[in-house]
Amino acid sequence: MSTDETGHGGAKTPESAGNPGGTGQDLLQLITPSGERISHPEFDFWVRDITDEQLCSLFEDMTVIRRIDVEATALQRQGELALWPPLLGQEAAQIGSGRSLRPDDFVFSSYRENGVAYCRGVDLTDLLRVWRGNASGGWDPDSINMATPQIIIGAQTLHATGYAMGIQNDGADAVAVTYFGDGATSEGDVNEAMVFAASFQAPVVFFCTNNHWAISEPVRLQSHIQLADRATGFGIPGMRVDGNDVLAVMAATRLALDRARRGGGPTFIEAVSYRMGPHTTADDPTRYRDANELEDWAAKDPISRLAGLLERKGLLTPELQQQVKDKADAVASGMRRGCTTMPDPRPMDIFKHVYSTPNSWLERQQDHYARYLASFGDPADAVSEEGAR
Amino acid sequence: MTQLTFARAINAGLRKSLEDDSKVVLLGEDIGALGGVFRVTDGLQKDFGTHRVVDTPLAESAIVGTAVGLAYRGYRPVVEIQFDGFIYPAFDQIVSQVAKLHYRTRGAVKMPITIRVPFGGGIGSPEHHSESPEAYFTHTSGLRVVTVANPQDAYTVIQQAIACDDPVLYFEPKRRYHDKGEVDESVDQRSALPMDKARVLTAGSDVTLVAYGPLVKTALDAASAAADEGISIEVIDLRSLAPVDYAPVEDSVRKTGRLVVTHEAGQSGGLGAEVAASITERCFYHLEAAPVRVTGFDIPYPYSKLEMHHLPGLDRILDGVDRALGRPNSLTGLEG
Repeated sequence: MSTDETGHGGAKTPESAGNPGGTGQDLLQLITPSGERISHPEFDFWVRDITDEQLCSLFEDMTVIRRIDVEATALQRQGELALWPPLLGQEAAQIGSGRSLRPDDFVFSSYRENGVAYCRGVDLTDLLRVWRGNASGGWDPDSINMATPQIIIGAQTLHATGYAMGIQNDGADAVAVTYFGDGATSEGDVNEAMVFAASFQAPVVFFCTNNHWAISEPVRLQSHIQLADRATGFGIPGMRVDGNDVLAVMAATRLALDRARRGGGPTFIEAVSYRMGPHTTADDPTRYRDANELEDWAAKDPISRLAGLLERKGLLTPELQQQVKDKADAVASGMRRGCTTMPDPRPMDIFKHVYSTPNSWLERQQDHYARYLASFGDPADAVSEEGAR
Repeated sequence: MTQLTFARAINAGLRKSLEDDSKVVLLGEDIGALGGVFRVTDGLQKDFGTHRVVDTPLAESAIVGTAVGLAYRGYRPVVEIQFDGFIYPAFDQIVSQVAKLHYRTRGAVKMPITIRVPFGGGIGSPEHHSESPEAYFTHTSGLRVVTVANPQDAYTVIQQAIACDDPVLYFEPKRRYHDKGEVDESVDQRSALPMDKARVLTAGSDVTLVAYGPLVKTALDAASAAADEGISIEVIDLRSLAPVDYAPVEDSVRKTGRLVVTHEAGQSGGLGAEVAASITERCFYHLEAAPVRVTGFDIPYPYSKLEMHHLPGLDRILDGVDRALGRPNSLTGLEG
């Protein structure tokens, strides 16, 4: 890493995202990019129970969420979704951590953790409601112990910390896990969350996916030091793991969860990965990053890497590949069906759930708008969208 | 009945809520051993423990943001913002999270968070300690905004705010903290006047004078001074600023035909504008004169030696009453 690359990020485009330099820690890795399992004196312990069958299941989940991502992107291109934030390249980070959680843990994520939502058991139709513009929210957070995803960058880290303080008060051993990106580490809320989490030793895991790009801004614009090292300044242990290595992610997450459950307080995990797609379907990364960089990262692809390991172990049979493909196709077609058959909202729905108790201001506006709609001759709640305009 | 200061009345209300509901937790800066800079939480940490009355690090966004997480977990957090001017770092958490999460979860998650804010001027403080930011929040859907103007209301309304399943900003008139009043602690908050209702304080026939928070006392003093001149003023304490309970204001204006609204906050885009517009829409044919606003100016809160020029006092309110009545006043002869 040259000093130039660790300096202030500039406006030069396109260029490599690089990584902040400094004397940061080594990247924890248990599977090499070519699929070789390498042993680690400390972290092997945390994945010692992972059977061949579980490796195949991780491979299936990662393949399925990539398929979900492809399908949702297609739905956006076909006009069925207004927008979609792809997770291409981040499958190991999401599945490795998501599969490490207990049902009573609670996730506070950003908008990109659709793979984590899949691990939590989200109904895929619910996953699309907001992106289709059909509803103000997707699912009941308590039904899958995952909060409604956050678009305000980093705001959810405080919610996780507060939730963790509640767990502490309850004397429970659940953990709050918050997901955010490299860009979010510059937000005040994330820094304040780490101050609070450290101060109260709250059972919270800060899972930072360093995908190298915050829309067009490279990670070195956010930080002069490795992101994991930032946590140390708050008195929070930081770990830097290969985010494209599902076993490394799992090992780190399990260690962090265990620490939190035992009263050891918060942990910060930097999962080093790469956003291989655009920020959202509305973004054009060719304007700000070099194609070579994408190629470099494609060589470290998380799914190919796990496939490499399975192959070395003789597990990547045609049967497995077919089974995984069938599953991914079935999930994708089910999601597509759920998306395209989602009932359109009714105009008066916009007034729902603003308050949980009656509110005279809103009731009056609602009443007046219903009368306005009714003036077109239709019952208020059945007026067509054209009528509502 | 006991005589309590405003601050002690809120303290008693908080204590009652802490006793009644184990999910109530207090968060804020200096609210523990110190009892808050205004002593509103005096003794509560000692009696309820550090897990229910939590001294937090100095980060307003985090105080409100962790309250959101606690609400997700089923708690009923009560947050103290130390001074009105310190609330802005928490603005995103209040308007994008607290206010919208019920909507954004399609009603699945409630945000029963109470945010206590000492507000208003008149205490000779340096900058950022005397502001009236209520209109930022009355303009934010999903929030309820209430004020209190006497110790009895302070006692019951804080309990109603905490019991409410929607988020509530509870504005405390800090220059009245040491004013005493009768408080009946046996009053059950559930049977007291609901927090979203306005209250008519004095019956009058000539002018309707609407005030809230710290200016309610000033308005009552103005009404009493006007009575000496034979002018009968009906004073209404709005109490709730979002939503405003317009029914008693409408009833009053239908009777008097004249409306004066007063607040410490700057004029443009303030509550007075909202009340004047709404009452004009609803009672236009009963109005004998244009509604009058007597408010702070559109300036940063001024240095303390001149703050009394900014704050509507008894004389400026009476000047506004004269305008509403068409009597000689400071603007006589001026068009518009």
